[in-house]
Amino acid sequence: MNEPLLRVENLRKYFAHTKGILAAKNMGQVKAVDDINFTIATGETLGLVGESGCGKTTTSKLILHLENPTSGKVLLQGKPIHDMEREALRDYRADVQAVFQDPWSSLNPRMTIGKIISESLTVTKWGKRAEIEERVRDLLIEVGLRPEHAQQYPHEFSGGQRQRIALASALASKPKLIVLDEPVSALDVSIRAQILNLLKDIQERENVAYLLIAHNLATVRHMAHQTAVMYLGQIVEYAPTKSLFDDVQHPYTKALFSAVLPDHPDLQNDEIVLAGEVPSPLDPPSGCRFHTRCPFVMPECSQEEPPLRETKPGHLVACHLYPTG
Amino acid sequence: MSDDIVLDVRDLHTHFFLRRGVVKAVDGVSFSLRRGEVLGLVGESGCGKSVTALSLLRLLPKGAARTVHGEIELEGENILKKSDREMRQIRGRKIAMILQDPQTSLNPVFSIGNQLRETIAKHFPGPGGTVTQRAIEALRNVRLAAPEQRMDQYPHQLSGGMKQRVVGAIAISCEPLVMIADEPTTALDVTIQLQYLNLLKELQEASNMAILFITHDFGVVAKMCDHVAVMYAGRIVERGPVRQVFDNPTHPYTQALIASVPKMGDQRGRLHTIEGQPPEFSDLPVGCRFAPRCAFAEDKCLSTYPTDFSVGNGHTSACWKLERPE
Repeated sequence: MNEPLLRVENLRKYFAHTKGILAAKNMGQVKAVDDINFTIATGETLGLVGESGCGKTTTSKLILHLENPTSGKVLLQGKPIHDMEREALRDYRADVQAVFQDPWSSLNPRMTIGKIISESLTVTKWGKRAEIEERVRDLLIEVGLRPEHAQQYPHEFSGGQRQRIALASALASKPKLIVLDEPVSALDVSIRAQILNLLKDIQERENVAYLLIAHNLATVRHMAHQTAVMYLGQIVEYAPTKSLFDDVQHPYTKALFSAVLPDHPDLQNDEIVLAGEVPSPLDPPSGCRFHTRCPFVMPECSQEEPPLRETKPGHLVACHLYPTG
Repeated sequence: MSDDIVLDVRDLHTHFFLRRGVVKAVDGVSFSLRRGEVLGLVGESGCGKSVTALSLLRLLPKGAARTVHGEIELEGENILKKSDREMRQIRGRKIAMILQDPQTSLNPVFSIGNQLRETIAKHFPGPGGTVTQRAIEALRNVRLAAPEQRMDQYPHQLSGGMKQRVVGAIAISCEPLVMIADEPTTALDVTIQLQYLNLLKELQEASNMAILFITHDFGVVAKMCDHVAVMYAGRIVERGPVRQVFDNPTHPYTQALIASVPKMGDQRGRLHTIEGQPPEFSDLPVGCRFAPRCAFAEDKCLSTYPTDFSVGNGHTSACWKLERPE
């Protein structure tokens, strides 16, 4: 098999939990990301789903080289990114870009749109001034804005337009992968569809891969080729999107799906209402981390941690309900 | 039947008076709530749904905004004519409210018990013991485990979902007639959202209170509401029983809004989009406010605002294409 664009291998990130300012006492570790593996193929989208605190954002920070892992690796085209220095790292930053949730805080209010978009090009000495201006024009058109907008400031734009600007600036360095962290959840319903369509058009045109972090399952279904579901720092189910949505296997994924609100009043789901809330990642439950809330819990669940196993081609589940075979 | 109506809002106009001009945030909104009815008020940010809610409680920012026209009848009495003192007896007791963010609607320096007792003591004054009992009962009603211990805890000791339950407990503690829920689950995780919506539904059925449910999410409407009203740029454009509106949305804005949401059932395809942006309140179109973005707009739409046309059975829609030639 060919090497995928991005490979995440046994990635772990533990944060020390301390108390006190001077002579901080170590109170244990928060296992934000605990041994996860996945790959993203060129030009494809991986959807990463889970509730707050499950480790989605820490994963994205590790991939963006904004955090160093406790152990494990992130490889871009076979090269481990956390060993990179200087030029290699600069190239990596050009190859992997991000668009964040809140378009009000992600754009510098004191820079013109042209400056925001061209910043990465200027830093990497991408070309002459005229060439950079030309590129900014093209990018603005590509994301559905007008070239004149380059002279304006972020406050003159609406949320949807700002998200287009953020996308243009991410695209400037011709990245191979863009991390999209809840790219539409801060936007109004009628604007979301515009941005999702735009993201798809750009993927088709530029063959760029996306890591889409989202809590909205319908959005993931609409956008992603592969989907991974996270719970308390671990991946509990990982499959091609169609396979996952047609045949949900892990009890946590089932609960997430049943919490999706109906598209029509007559379509009430069979609800699996989970008891309680997500346990603290400081002291995760033994065995399967979901066993404290799982409606199908068995004796072995609190003893033994279930590994991710393939239950059908490409469909991986970490649950004792699905033994190998 | 009409004595079933607990809240009747007629032709409500709430304007903001800003230096750059008058913003007509709510511009002729009418609806009524029957006892035990759940009405969904749906729209995008800036359409005036939250200002409508604040107008009902008369909690508009003083000096900046005012309800300039209309009537709000609560059990037959116009609350716009009430004094501030009388309003304080109504808020919490007759109309209660749950806001989106439990982080900001609870006071971080007072205990949960303190905040509950404040509301209860205001409306049901009595010996401290009875007030405390009532507060514990309210926490039990929202299914918080160990309510006695919760009384002494502070908001930061609770999770988001638990805090929102406390907000709910305060809201129901005085058995209001009408509850206004302004995006109560938007800040919660999906599995917690489901728990909370089920809880609200249970409480509503047990007490037969009416709920005005403000949301941008048609899924919440489908799950919770009996009736729905869709707002756009300060006006209600379509309303009706929830099933009828879902089966047969007639206003182009409602149709587009429902179509633009990705559905669980379908695979990667293109989503329906509504081009452009909602209008600026300082520069509203003279005709139908949706006309500049509407695929079916005609000359008449640009010049005259449509009246509400009936599409049967309490389902109305403000769109000229529904006008039947006489």
